[in-house]
Amino acid sequence: MEEMGSDCSSSGLQELHVLAVDDSLVDRKVIERLLKISCCKVTAVESGRRALQYLGLDGERSSVGFDELKVNLIMTDYSMPGMTGYELLKKIKGSSKLREIPVVIMSSENVLARIDRCLEEGAEEFLVKPVKLSDVERLRDFILRGEEKNEREFSRKRKTSDDSCTPASSPSSSDSDLPSSPISPISVSTVSDEPRPKRARLLDDN
Amino acid sequence: MQRQLANMKQSLFDQGYLDEQFIQLEELQDDANPNFVEEVVTLYYRDSARLIQNLEQALEKNPLDFGKLDSYMHQFKGSSSSIGAKRVKIECTQFREYCRTGNAEGCKKTFQQLKKEYATLKKKLEVYFQVARQAGPVEKACRPK
Repeated sequence: MEEMGSDCSSSGLQELHVLAVDDSLVDRKVIERLLKISCCKVTAVESGRRALQYLGLDGERSSVGFDELKVNLIMTDYSMPGMTGYELLKKIKGSSKLREIPVVIMSSENVLARIDRCLEEGAEEFLVKPVKLSDVERLRDFILRGEEKNEREFSRKRKTSDDSCTPASSPSSSDSDLPSSPISPISVSTVSDEPRPKRARLLDDN
Repeated sequence: MQRQLANMKQSLFDQGYLDEQFIQLEELQDDANPNFVEEVVTLYYRDSARLIQNLEQALEKNPLDFGKLDSYMHQFKGSSSSIGAKRVKIECTQFREYCRTGNAEGCKKTFQQLKKEYATLKKKLEVYFQVARQAGPVEKACRPK
């Protein structure tokens, strides 16, 4: 019989840091548990504004350096008061500092136009709530593969010991603009060389 | 005790009080977190009490603000769905439909029904968790038939 609460350290899985954004207390508790079981570090916040604050994008200097806040994935609810998940997504994708962080939208409403809009804006995936453990595990594996690839590319770049560190030499994703400044070594990215299939899990019951 | 618990759960499913999501939550429990579902349900009842109150107040206004009502109910439906509260969720959907068509009577009637289901489920789950705590750690999710 498989032990559900498997020892994360012994499983050899790198711990991803996920920022979860949801105005619902209940949903935050559930997503937090889903992520912890999947061996992820979780920071759960209640709004888009708080999320931006945490990511250091609200104009104010965050007290902690970006390094420590390194976020590998953002999972956000769509319908939230104030700033919707879609608006948060746009802000993140519009930021040179943060745009490489994969963003997943969660919504209880299975609206095709909504899904399309989010995917077009750069969301990695659109999950219909309630989110399942299998969704989270699948996401984690996908992000981990991207991170591993990133690490390999980064160490390869370092070996060439070229200060200008031109992004053009690396197989970067076709949709990102080449930043004029050298890529920060701590930038999180799931840069991949093949087009990622945009998936949306559609509600099949109800 | 385990069997009693399994029977209770089966009954809750058969009568449509709970759906698959409840099982999903149970599967997140382990030795380190044996009462996770109870914690979530407790949180749900505590948090949604606020929404119930908002809805009560909003339903007393004249004329009704269907947009606001729908917004509250959307939130309520969301958390109800997250704990697998099937019957409550059904009432939420009905309520939202009445909001959409601007049916004030429909909203009020459905809200009364919703509160009944909400309260009934709370009682049943209280008993269920009581038994669960006595029964001790359960074998990995006994899925109801």
